[in-house]
Amino acid sequence: MTDAAVNDNVYDGLAEVHDGDARWAFGAGFSDVEVEITAPVPEGVDPVDLAAYCLMLGDDALICSHRLSEWVSNAPELEEEVALANIALDLLGQARMLLSRTAHVEGSGSGSTAGSASSAGSGRVAGCAGRDEDGLAYFRTEREFRHVALAELPDGLDFARAIARLLIFSSWRLALLHRLLGSRDPVLAAVAGKGVKEVTYHRDYAARWTLRLGDGTAQSHRRMQAALEAVWPHVDELFRTSDVERRLVEVGVAVDPAQTRAEVDTVLDEVLARATLARPQRSPTGTLAGRAGRDGVHTEHLGHLLAQMQSLARQHPGASW
Amino acid sequence: MSAAVVVVAQVVDPEMPMLTLHDLGVVRAVEVSDNGAVRVTITPTYSGCPAIEVMRADLRAALHQAGYADVEVCTVLSPAWSTDWISAEGRRKLAEHGIAPPDRLGPRRIGPVPLTLTPPSSTVSCPRCASPDTDELSRFGSTPCTALRRCLACSEPFQHMKEI
Repeated sequence: MTDAAVNDNVYDGLAEVHDGDARWAFGAGFSDVEVEITAPVPEGVDPVDLAAYCLMLGDDALICSHRLSEWVSNAPELEEEVALANIALDLLGQARMLLSRTAHVEGSGSGSTAGSASSAGSGRVAGCAGRDEDGLAYFRTEREFRHVALAELPDGLDFARAIARLLIFSSWRLALLHRLLGSRDPVLAAVAGKGVKEVTYHRDYAARWTLRLGDGTAQSHRRMQAALEAVWPHVDELFRTSDVERRLVEVGVAVDPAQTRAEVDTVLDEVLARATLARPQRSPTGTLAGRAGRDGVHTEHLGHLLAQMQSLARQHPGASW
Repeated sequence: MSAAVVVVAQVVDPEMPMLTLHDLGVVRAVEVSDNGAVRVTITPTYSGCPAIEVMRADLRAALHQAGYADVEVCTVLSPAWSTDWISAEGRRKLAEHGIAPPDRLGPRRIGPVPLTLTPPSSTVSCPRCASPDTDELSRFGSTPCTALRRCLACSEPFQHMKEI
């Protein structure tokens, strides 16, 4: 900072206020990580599985957060824009903790500001040690992401689509997080502890809008029903149990998503009935030889999403302000 | 109470500067070791709260200024912060500044989280005219922890710190 301090500009002013710490421009550059993130892997748990599981739940949140954030400056009303941005921010926070845990369990995750900058380049290589949350978010390729397809579907500026996805996603995530409160992994339990409170608000928000649109005008009803029909083929994937999940359920770390189906169905049925909407009868999207989002197989929409999300960080790796 | 605790107690929240971090209930521990090193433990309000980074920097700066050279600020996630941890003094200051303080939540209920399809009946009074006749405009306000409401008696919009 000594060289930069010579230049009298607004960025230096900010840096001085902040104790002279340079900030990595794109990510968090957490200088101190949460105490829990560095907790040891629970006994009898395969670190590779734990890292993979945190990555799945983290990627769900990260990618869904990005889609929600696309509504900033595009929402029908300012209040909804603020709401969607707030929900995106909550999910981004959850993603950061989960990706940090992945990075730590993988054997890196020093998490320092300098580490963010220097490890950004090394994060390009799949499985390369030295990744942190920013390296994971900005320097992985499509096939290295592990989220479900529902998280990445584009809304096409259709507010009903955003609400339909959020209703399903948050109902499912709330059921998962609620069960994760008892996880043997302290990070998963802690993220769940905060997440349950947050996602409860997300689900209520989406449910109320579903009611308002479904039981509104003929036009809003038609569009809400169409939105549900469009996302419904991706619901089935939410309840498929991956091998990683199966192994971690046995050691008390993960939740079997199949176990959440009844609860999620009950919630969706209640909301749809009250909203005078029909539960879509659509067959699930097929897999690629049994593989889908959890295996790194995604829809054609992910490439474009990542291009937007990652381009700045990739063009200026390690930049700081 | 050690001098470091007093310094920490006076650092204010970057988004709601009428509250100290102590009022907000985010300071979990202040430890001073024999060699004068200070370790402050704070907890974020929301998972994505962007203010946490500024809180850390402000805590470090305040302690450095008070003569503590060796300062570490760390965060814990668990137990998750609750608006129940906002002090009585904090609630009073919020109301004084036009932000309706949160209700008390009490202990968490067991079992699946119930769905709330209609906004809960209002127990939030207008911080300006004290009328209990208010309604919710938006669940999400200008910061993650606030909702936007309006008073039906005096017509003024106001922020409400929502219960979490």
